[in-house]
Amino acid sequence: MPTTFTKIAAVTVGAGGAASIDFTSIPSTYTDLCMKVSLRNATSFRNVTINFNNSSANFTLRFLRGDGTNTFSGTYTDFGFNSFGYAPLDGTDTTNTFNNAELYIPNYASANFKSSNLDLVTENNGSTAQAYMQAGLWSQTTAINRLTIAPFSGNFVQYSTATLYGIKNS
Amino acid sequence: MTKAIEINCETGQVIERALTALEIEANEAAAAVYLEQKAEADRLAAEKAATKEAVLAKLGLTADEVAALLG
Repeated sequence: MPTTFTKIAAVTVGAGGAASIDFTSIPSTYTDLCMKVSLRNATSFRNVTINFNNSSANFTLRFLRGDGTNTFSGTYTDFGFNSFGYAPLDGTDTTNTFNNAELYIPNYASANFKSSNLDLVTENNGSTAQAYMQAGLWSQTTAINRLTIAPFSGNFVQYSTATLYGIKNS
Repeated sequence: MTKAIEINCETGQVIERALTALEIEANEAAAAVYLEQKAEADRLAAEKAATKEAVLAKLGLTADEVAALLG
């Protein structure tokens, strides 16, 4: 049986936190990529971004979100950044809680535009916790060889993790 | 120091480096776009709520009474 799901790299944030997690030189030898994360933000915002190949252009997003009180949906066309949803926020959300998210990018090395999907939940023992789904399109034809995730400001806290997998179709 | 963790997926090498000016600028720009959109969404929500209140006032009904009517 072929090995179709392979861990490419993993990182756990150490003491002091980290302002971004940057997977570089991603080999083009797989069919799809999958990133699984568990993140918590240190300051100011719950928002997390992800950029492909250090690009901040040509991202289009459609999302559904619920936060325990309200529901939201929307489309952002030709966005200047790619949303990676939300993470619990230090000082606001329950201590030591993290999000749980998976990003899947099929055909990341092709010469076509790149689609992706993101499924995410945050943990919070309070009235506000996020459930988030997003379909994304990056309208560039370059093969993806770099994925960078970052909070809007400040750091991911210690023990945040990110793991990148490569998936082969055979 | 605000640091980035960089993982080279070919070599497995992990380094910690300072954020580049470009990365800091991108994060600030993303936050600014988000805040702008949130302000617009909040403005639209307030406008919608005000319109609803105005209609209810014309009808002489409270929101609770309308909810009771619609059951």
